[in-house]
Amino acid sequence: MLDLDIGMNHRLSRPLKWDDARLYDRGKVMTAEMLDEGRDFGRYLDVDGDGIPFRTYPGTHPTKGSYFTRGTSRDRYARYSEEGAVYADNMQRLLRKFETAKDMVPRPLQANAQKPTKYGVIYYGSTSPAMDEAIGLLEAGGHHLDRLRIRAFPFHSSVASFLAEHDFVYVVEQNRDAQLRSLIVNENGIDPVRLVPILHYDGTPITARFIAGAIGDHQDQLKVTPLRKVKS
Amino acid sequence: MTYIAKPKFQHPGLPKNDLGYTHRDYEGKVSTLCAGCGHDSITASIIEACFHLSIEPHRVAKISGIGCSSKTPDYFLGNSHGFNSVHGRMPSVLTGANLANRDLIYLGVSGDGDSASIGFGQFAHSIRRGVNMTYIVENNGVYGLTKGQFSATADRGSKSKKGVMNTDNAIDLVAIALQLGATFVARSFSGDKTQLVPLIEAAIRHKGAAFIDVISPCVAFNNHAGSTKSFDYVREHNDAVNRLDVITGREPITVDYAPGSVQIVEQHDGTRLALRKLDADYEAHDRLAAMAFLQKHTAKGQVVTGLLYVDPEAEDLHAHLDTVDTPLNQLDEKALCPGSAALDKFNASLR
Repeated sequence: MLDLDIGMNHRLSRPLKWDDARLYDRGKVMTAEMLDEGRDFGRYLDVDGDGIPFRTYPGTHPTKGSYFTRGTSRDRYARYSEEGAVYADNMQRLLRKFETAKDMVPRPLQANAQKPTKYGVIYYGSTSPAMDEAIGLLEAGGHHLDRLRIRAFPFHSSVASFLAEHDFVYVVEQNRDAQLRSLIVNENGIDPVRLVPILHYDGTPITARFIAGAIGDHQDQLKVTPLRKVKS
Repeated sequence: MTYIAKPKFQHPGLPKNDLGYTHRDYEGKVSTLCAGCGHDSITASIIEACFHLSIEPHRVAKISGIGCSSKTPDYFLGNSHGFNSVHGRMPSVLTGANLANRDLIYLGVSGDGDSASIGFGQFAHSIRRGVNMTYIVENNGVYGLTKGQFSATADRGSKSKKGVMNTDNAIDLVAIALQLGATFVARSFSGDKTQLVPLIEAAIRHKGAAFIDVISPCVAFNNHAGSTKSFDYVREHNDAVNRLDVITGREPITVDYAPGSVQIVEQHDGTRLALRKLDADYEAHDRLAAMAFLQKHTAKGQVVTGLLYVDPEAEDLHAHLDTVDTPLNQLDEKALCPGSAALDKFNASLR
């Protein structure tokens, strides 16, 4: 499948559903009533440790709650500052926000092999249809792999668990530079040797045959026949 | 300068407007621009216009791009929400904010680099869509923050501080705004507050895309002999076509105008603009004539200022899109979501 196919809606999704009990979540919005009650409002003030501060809608209150959005040189109350400690404080908050985001973004989809295995494969996006087919080919050839389809960055904590559970993980990507693999290495501090890049970048869509062939070849290389068996 | 807090004490006898605010209530932080910068005069004019109109400061959203001009929203209306956006992106941020909440007053502040170069497309589309806003360009013809390179509004033949001649043709934002269908177009000069303040007031009360190009000399890099954006040059070549008085409310006009010298224009919200003609040939209701007049006088090296065009029957983007009167950001699930039954019906229609 090409990204173009996705863009042209050449694939079906399940019918969309809507829960009528669902309410819109506008996040942490401070109202005029809350401001009048004396709540401490700072546009970049992290009140509960998740790195996501309250905001106000423009025009909320005549004298409280307004702020001027600009660059990164400002303190917890959106006041301009060039102090290093203030800057570092805001950067630390952004790190906390990034951590919070990890468990809020769409979770990766995991599917395990028919048999327990120490090998895994990670992929994403338009590689998915080819991967579904490739897994069938690999299973038929006796290669069993657990698979994880990544759907968001920053990575959900289950990505780290998946890496820990497998000795080798293939990372299948349609780019020359193994960009997802680099992200995984950087984010998880993992030994790069354990992440085997399977790269496809000749301009055509990746195929199940390519994936199964590349992974199958690598698996075959890993199979070392003991010398005594060769001699006998 | 940024660490200096502005003292809050004020003279008890300061004049108050209808809301009981003094002009101090419309101020912002201490300016960090160069002493004598034309932009600070525009800031003062915005403060005065908002004070005169008795606008509640928190009902204004002030939005800017990047540059010396775009820093100024920090220096006025300290109780307003402000957004110092990305370079040249003020118009799209403003358009989005306006669509989300049509009840606020939108004040876009930009510069010649911000609007005539990197944000030229954004400027054009916000004008042609008729976003209800006051779009002020603080036009000094140079990039002041990066030591005075010519911007796209610098006139051909004008000289830089180092004596280099500009060989590129200038973009005249007023001419472009007229061509794009702006329904309120004015040009003024930061050194002429008497002209500028009423123009800002009228623009704020205008329902539609109101554009004001304010020539604002850069005292550090573009205020020398040979510059066409210097205080001296603009004063010598200023060709004001009219003077404006803004009359709010329904009270009768008490100013004594000589018969035939004044044209009264009534805007949508009842604001009346009293246009005193300084140039008998100038007609501020005729877009084509305004464009021709502008071209003719620009070719002669004159800087045409005043209210150059106004359409009192203007419509804004919300009217074109037929949006509801309630600001979109106040609509809840009941008003917005058609629910699962409607979704099921839609799904069925695709099978």
